[in-house]
Amino acid sequence: MPDFMGRSAINMRIAVLSGKGGTGKTLVSMNLAAIAKTSTYIDCDVEEPNGHLFFKPEEVQEEEISVKVPKVNSELCNGCRKCVDFCKFNALAYIKNKLIVFDEVCHSCGGCIMLCPEKALTEKEKIIGKVQKGTSDEVTIYTGILNTGEASGIPIIKKLLTEESPETNKQTFIDCPPGSACIVMESIKDADYCILVAEPTLFGVHNLNMVYELVKLFNKPFGVVLNKCLEEENPAEKFCLEKNIKILGRIPFDTNLGTLNSNAEIAVSKNEKYQNMFSSLMKTVTKEVQHETTTNS
Amino acid sequence: MKIAIPVDEKTLKSNICVSFGRTPYFLIHDTETKENVFIDNSAAASTGGAGIKAAQTVVDNEANVLLTPRCGENAADVLKSADIKIFKTISASAKDNIDDFIDGKLSLLDEIHAGFHGQVGN
Repeated sequence: MPDFMGRSAINMRIAVLSGKGGTGKTLVSMNLAAIAKTSTYIDCDVEEPNGHLFFKPEEVQEEEISVKVPKVNSELCNGCRKCVDFCKFNALAYIKNKLIVFDEVCHSCGGCIMLCPEKALTEKEKIIGKVQKGTSDEVTIYTGILNTGEASGIPIIKKLLTEESPETNKQTFIDCPPGSACIVMESIKDADYCILVAEPTLFGVHNLNMVYELVKLFNKPFGVVLNKCLEEENPAEKFCLEKNIKILGRIPFDTNLGTLNSNAEIAVSKNEKYQNMFSSLMKTVTKEVQHETTTNS
Repeated sequence: MKIAIPVDEKTLKSNICVSFGRTPYFLIHDTETKENVFIDNSAAASTGGAGIKAAQTVVDNEANVLLTPRCGENAADVLKSADIKIFKTISASAKDNIDDFIDGKLSLLDEIHAGFHGQVGN
């Protein structure tokens, strides 16, 4: 099998993303992970991870994730305010001869500490969330959890994506956060292939376009899964045809599938019809990935 | 006593700005000299932490009192550290609120909201 960035198609990292929440990222990524059998599922939607509700992982191990925030030594601070003026996030204020740090506004850039001429600022650890690792049959489940109110989930995603050893001979499915902000960029950065999930509405097209532009910018090979398809015209499909985007598969707007999903069941393990549907999607994705590896090597 | 008020325009008749952190200007009114100074709010275009920075500006301009329709908790923490009292505005214009404050018609702002954070891309 041809190599692509040191990996073959069987241990590809596939990121699943969409421009907004509720489009079907988790549905697609967890069903693909379940159908791939020996695989890894990484939930990078750290603000509201939900993959674990479906997989119900066992033997869960947990690790806390912390970032560094400034700590003030008031005796050394002379009130020059260089740190206050520097901070782009306005995490510092100097009031009545006292420097105040707003930990939850701080983005841990470390600039204030570097800049302080009096060395009045030092680093202190602050816990912002955790990562969990567990197993569900042959799927290894990683879940990132960001504590409510924290500025950024990126440190948690970094940890999630470096957790897994690259030698493992398994396919990895990355369930991304919604949108196309930094947190999504971090999630797809090292992905070998991106699956964009889209809804059949004009709003869906707008959201698809956001992630389409993102994967283009990152120069990632990608394809689209059309979710919630109805009999009528599909604006997202039209968008794909216009832009010459590969359509990997279509998931119908289906009450049974919705019911299984809302009962936190993994569709492929409950129903042969869905098993066939996701198997076929998996085949198409694998073929695409192999095609990419050939054309890009 | 100096009164700080978030205002939309640089006039006494200006409307009070609905946002404390992102108001374009602050009016600083001196009750003794009757002097009015308008200052730019450099926090208005901040990506985040606008309330903190705006509160720092109010503190730096030595206000004793802030009149505002609302205020977030980070800004309130800064103002509290500087012993600045926050009063809730009741009418539309800056002028009317100054008069109301002097007449003792304004009450302390007791609802401090948790802020509108997390709505910007990281």
